Amino acid sequence: MTVILSLLLVIAGAFGLIGSYGLIRLKDGMQRLHAPTKASTVGLGAALLASMLHGLANGAGFSWQELLVMVFIFVTAPITANYLSKLHLSSRRADLPETGTPRPWGTFDATLDDEEPVLPQRPQS
Amino acid sequence: MIRRLFPHPVLSLLLVGTWFLLVNKWAVGSLVMAAILATLIPLATHAYWPHKPRLNSLPLLLAYIALVVWDVILANIQVAKIVLFMPRDRIRSRFITVPVSLKSPEAIALLAGTITMTPGTVTADMNGDGTALLIHSLHAPYPDAIRDEIKSRYEARLKRIFE
Repeated sequence: MTVILSLLLVIAGAFGLIGSYGLIRLKDGMQRLHAPTKASTVGLGAALLASMLHGLANGAGFSWQELLVMVFIFVTAPITANYLSKLHLSSRRADLPETGTPRPWGTFDATLDDEEPVLPQRPQS
Repeated sequence: MIRRLFPHPVLSLLLVGTWFLLVNKWAVGSLVMAAILATLIPLATHAYWPHKPRLNSLPLLLAYIALVVWDVILANIQVAKIVLFMPRDRIRSRFITVPVSLKSPEAIALLAGTITMTPGTVTADMNGDGTALLIHSLHAPYPDAIRDEIKSRYEARLKRIFE
């Protein structure tokens, strides 16, 4: 058990380290955005798994709380990444590919939608 | 009456589950607190959820989550290789346009989140009416392949789950 725990912690540390190293090594803002996604997925996942199993190993019982940490990280991390990239987009508008649709990318779309967006409706029962 | 009290039954169940994960042990007192929260929070946020998100199949959603977790692990190793060993000037980063045929806002949000969480790709933007996503890929020698993989691997599954 100790071996598994230490292995998980080493994996967590290694991916955290690679993530931070990527921040230094990669060139521009958009590329650097990719590096921390590693630390926050496999790195954090391995650390949390180690924490869950640790309770099992020392007799305190399996701990479920870490699942919640994982869920919240997975739900919130894409939003931060999206905000950072939106910020970045405004400085390099010219490089962007076409949308392939009549409307431009959301960051530059000045069209006002008067009506409510059409959401899928469930038939009234 | 029951419908008025619990406008979103799934949300209520989810809140009970979340509360027990927070408390981290079984106790009757926690169940009471969970029940109170599961009643009050959906009522208080009802105004922001005028439409019920539609979910066709829970097992398929769970299978989807398992698939994404597996992909995240594999992609992590790939990206770690790129970060550590690929010469800096050989990394081909670029933006890719992915047309989206999903209509449900929940499904599009989940697709965008999936793309961001799998290392190597980040969802940067969506077009004005939600029919295309702008994706930045760390290393994309074949951008069309990445676009097709997202469409066939994730979008097709989400379509089955939500629409």
